[in-house]
Amino acid sequence: MSNTIIAIIIGFLVAPLVGGLISGLDRIITARLQGRIGPPVWQAFYDVIKLMSKESMVVNVWQAFCAYAYVSAAAIAVVLFFLKSDLLLILFIQAVGAVFLVVGALSSTSPYSQVGAHRELLQILAYEPLIILVIAGIYLETGSFKISAIYDWNQPLIFKLPFLFVALGYALTIKLRKSPFDLSTSHHGHQELVKGVLTDYSGPYLALIEIGHWYDVVLLLGFCSLFWATGAVGMLALLALTYFAEILIDNVTARMTWRWMLGYVWAMGFTLCSVNLIWVILG
Amino acid sequence: MKKMLGKIIASTRMKSPWILHFDCGSCNGCDIEVLACLTPVYDIERFGMVNVGNPMHADILLVTGTVNHRNKKVLTNLYDQMPAPKVVIAIGACGLSGGIFRDAYNVVGGVDRVIPVDVYVPGCPAKPEAIIDGAVLALKKFEVLRQQKLAV
Repeated sequence: MSNTIIAIIIGFLVAPLVGGLISGLDRIITARLQGRIGPPVWQAFYDVIKLMSKESMVVNVWQAFCAYAYVSAAAIAVVLFFLKSDLLLILFIQAVGAVFLVVGALSSTSPYSQVGAHRELLQILAYEPLIILVIAGIYLETGSFKISAIYDWNQPLIFKLPFLFVALGYALTIKLRKSPFDLSTSHHGHQELVKGVLTDYSGPYLALIEIGHWYDVVLLLGFCSLFWATGAVGMLALLALTYFAEILIDNVTARMTWRWMLGYVWAMGFTLCSVNLIWVILG
Repeated sequence: MKKMLGKIIASTRMKSPWILHFDCGSCNGCDIEVLACLTPVYDIERFGMVNVGNPMHADILLVTGTVNHRNKKVLTNLYDQMPAPKVVIAIGACGLSGGIFRDAYNVVGGVDRVIPVDVYVPGCPAKPEAIIDGAVLALKKFEVLRQQKLAV
């Protein structure tokens, strides 16, 4: 019982703090890669507290509702992850949140917001099937959708499911809003689509969405951690390496179009997943 | 408790000013100097400043160039879309007074003829150092605005 409460507290409170810290580190490393010094490591928290204190301007009430729905779904998904619940359930709750973000953007009439929302939908279309296939692969190997059973597996899954890990990397790049897949909104570019799907969210509601994004980052790194569950050192090394690779890819690639994204991610992702699934089933 | 919260908010406002840059009919001289602030040489992201393209996310409005009858509506629209608290910095001789264009038939004048300006950065073009100085002054203005709000 007490373990459950601790898991809920960690998932609800510690996870967004870790997510914010990761995003601060991300900005520093990105700046260093570009020959700059970069902001302080706590910058993400300064931004969110400042946004919270700004005047609240909403386009309509649905937008505010959608911001709350997004952050709640993201938080519930992370809490369920720390409770070692069912992977499919977590994925579906996370998807509900992602769709609410899109619906909120669609509820405004701004063309930037609308186009950003459509692109976000296409991104969801690109990465959700990959995550489902990754979960299917984990099930075929371990025989369970429960995270508790997967964490108890006696050897790192990455040796049996390396291609699925790469496919999860595609989903991670899209979800973290990194180039070449940062179509709907981006941390850097502010020219092409203003701020895409986030254009009409402002002040406290933008802060909520930023917090939701921190939850999402933690959740996706949690998915990655399933691939090395036998030791804390190996798990942290794998996560650090994966995230650094994401930052590197973000800095060396240009933003591509949604047509390219859909074709490339589906072709590469489905190929990698099928090869690995066939390998698991035959082996 | 309330005092501490106010202090935290004030300090985060100083540490995370997001800038909206509007070229209000400038010759591009000042605009290049504004963008120079983002380059590795000056790197204003050190101070948490981000150049945003969206007035709804911005805290500081940087305006370069003269205001004319055509774009004064755009300028007021951008200003109105920014959520409070917000400050405006006028940059360059043209932004301050209309500069060499002040007598032209289509020119209204400096930025302060249309929207309230908090900080004036002179120069033709203004140097990046001067623009950063102006931004620092603008940050102090946030504290003034907060005190005023508390006093009311």
